[in-house]
Amino acid sequence: MKNNKSNKISGAEAVIRCLLAEGVDLIYGYPGGAIMPIYDELYKFQDTLQHVLTRHEQGAAHAAQGYARTSGKVGVAMATSGPGATNLVTGIADAQIDSTPMVCITGQVASHLLGSDAFQETDIIGISTPVTKWNYQITRANEIPKILAKAFYIAKSGRPGPVLIDITKDAQFEEFIFNYEHCIGIRSYNPVIDVDMNSLKNAAEIINKSKKPIIVWGQGIILGHAENEFKKFVDISGIPAVWTILGLSALPTSHPLNKGMVGMHGNYGPNILTNECDVLIAIGMRFDDRVTGNLETYAKQAKVIHFEIDPAEINKNVFADIPILGNCKDSLTKIIPMIKKRKHDSWINRFDSLMEIEEKEVIKSDLYPTKEGLTMGESIKTINNYTNGDAVIVTDVGQHQMVACRYASFIKSKSNVTSGGLGTMGFALPAAIGAKMGAPDREVIAIIGDGGYQMTIQELGTIFQTKTAVKIVVLNNDFLGMVRQWQQMFFDKRYASTEMVNPDFVAIAKGYFIDAERVTKRNQLDKAVSRMLSTDKPYFLEICVEKEDNVFPMIPTGASVSDIRLS
Amino acid sequence: MNLKETYTISIYSENNVGLLNRISAIFLKRHINIESFSTSLSEIENVFRFIIVVNIDPNKIKKIILQIEKQVDVIKAFYHTDDETIFQESALYKVKSSSLFEERHIQNVIKKSHANIVTVSPEYFVIEKTGFRHETEELRKNLVEYGLLQFVRSGRISVTKSKMKISELLNTFNKNK
Repeated sequence: MKNNKSNKISGAEAVIRCLLAEGVDLIYGYPGGAIMPIYDELYKFQDTLQHVLTRHEQGAAHAAQGYARTSGKVGVAMATSGPGATNLVTGIADAQIDSTPMVCITGQVASHLLGSDAFQETDIIGISTPVTKWNYQITRANEIPKILAKAFYIAKSGRPGPVLIDITKDAQFEEFIFNYEHCIGIRSYNPVIDVDMNSLKNAAEIINKSKKPIIVWGQGIILGHAENEFKKFVDISGIPAVWTILGLSALPTSHPLNKGMVGMHGNYGPNILTNECDVLIAIGMRFDDRVTGNLETYAKQAKVIHFEIDPAEINKNVFADIPILGNCKDSLTKIIPMIKKRKHDSWINRFDSLMEIEEKEVIKSDLYPTKEGLTMGESIKTINNYTNGDAVIVTDVGQHQMVACRYASFIKSKSNVTSGGLGTMGFALPAAIGAKMGAPDREVIAIIGDGGYQMTIQELGTIFQTKTAVKIVVLNNDFLGMVRQWQQMFFDKRYASTEMVNPDFVAIAKGYFIDAERVTKRNQLDKAVSRMLSTDKPYFLEICVEKEDNVFPMIPTGASVSDIRLS
Repeated sequence: MNLKETYTISIYSENNVGLLNRISAIFLKRHINIESFSTSLSEIENVFRFIIVVNIDPNKIKKIILQIEKQVDVIKAFYHTDDETIFQESALYKVKSSSLFEERHIQNVIKKSHANIVTVSPEYFVIEKTGFRHETEELRKNLVEYGLLQFVRSGRISVTKSKMKISELLNTFNKNK
């Protein structure tokens, strides 16, 4: 046994070596007492492992999410014990509900102090349990390689999700003989179920016989790297395809069979025709209540075929006549040869004629307003004119998010980064930092409301320090617009705490030495967007929009998808 | 509204710290009260078994099972109705010793209930009874008048009438590895 001292490394160094072994070259975090040994090692490894100091741990978590969403890799965030760890929780919950692969590493007080209410001690394992795919507390250094290997394996396999590893300070100091092996399987965990060929045959038969089929796709296409297979499936079957907010960008906007968004602020046709289709093919989506509206009246007439990786999603909200478990890349590959080449012209005409109504009633005034005030829609349209769909659009939560997702055009997958399931205001600015670092060659534009922007505005500091060339667009209506819209529609215009008296956002950006300008008039918009997109530095653009505009179409809570309102 | 039914949930799992929390969180998140809970080693080495009893809508139980199985450290989860399982609960009753000697009737109560006397001391004696809830409950009611000093009942333990193919499942994993 060559158990001499030189073969031993500290737990802290082992953490870094594990990250490198997993191919990590970038992490987000914030140091503090209980994670200092790991930061000390980061200092030594700074040439191979870049650490981005965010201005708040929530920013680190969202940045790791943004990175994961555009790079397709596992995002890594690090924080100290206590408040450092609890500040990660919103980002972890967001990653859990939006299936984002992420590994969070938190420092913890020394193991002999556990349970003593020591300084900055918090039970982050207990706190994070309901919002993590898996979590674990390490108290001995020799656990580090195996547990971190497991953490990465769990985070990225099957339906991805966040994993939190809590490491006591003594385990970071402890020395041991390091040996790393990738995790290749866990006996209690079966991430991907093999596709059942009989189900596929049944599904293909139903699809081939269908008269009014519709495809509703979600993020599963992107997470499963199945964009090409999906496009083939759509092209051959000739079936109109509609998306959930997280599925956006998996199929180019201009694809003739891309018929728009489903759900609360989705397009008119897709929602109405959900309740007319004879076959609903759901792929990599989970029938969120914002998608389905009232479940009692959702697609009751349709046979539902559900392609899904997570068995717990089958029949959770909508009964699947034919569930197809497994990775959709695999199941789509296998079903494509069984699908007849078809066209559904008259059925597709239904989508188009409903789109004409939506154009007339909603889209025209959004994109080509005749009133004086600027609209969110025309802001997005102007951005489209310059990006031609080749940009990553990062959105926050609220009206601007709905408008951006409705109107932004996309030509590439992994281009839409937003907080879907959790609806986390404050997501966009830090997520955009991660998104840009995950796709450094692409234009990354964060579109944010004035409310959400101020929830994580401190990350301007991170942008300044790292010189990350994100373009920040704040659509400012001096209101928490979505809540105000609900107050107007459902609470008799009692605008309780939704009006915001805002600071000089341009001055704030300039305070961080970020070039910035404000647009208040239509004739300034085009030039301003052009200036923003012609620089390779970070840029801030505030667009002051109409204060009391509403987002339509809209399915009121509890209403049926076919009761979607245009005004 | 669906009527609620009693289900016995059996979970085979790894014995990892925190799994108990993870499983109870699934019920907490859905505002479901756990009626009874017990955990022990299973028939397989290093595999643990949870037995959880809940009263819930029949249409919810499958979803709960899938959420439980989704947990990384859970090997397999099942649910059964009462007639699909053989189940028992154990109860301990601590009674004043004086009543054993002074009140002859108590001896009949113990005899009739098929309970065992676990220990006797000058101050108290302890009776153990294993059976169905109504049986341990009946004995408790009967003993109250004799000065029941302490009473405790275990969570339900149960085995299923049908086979549990956990070993086969684990073997498949080992083969694939």
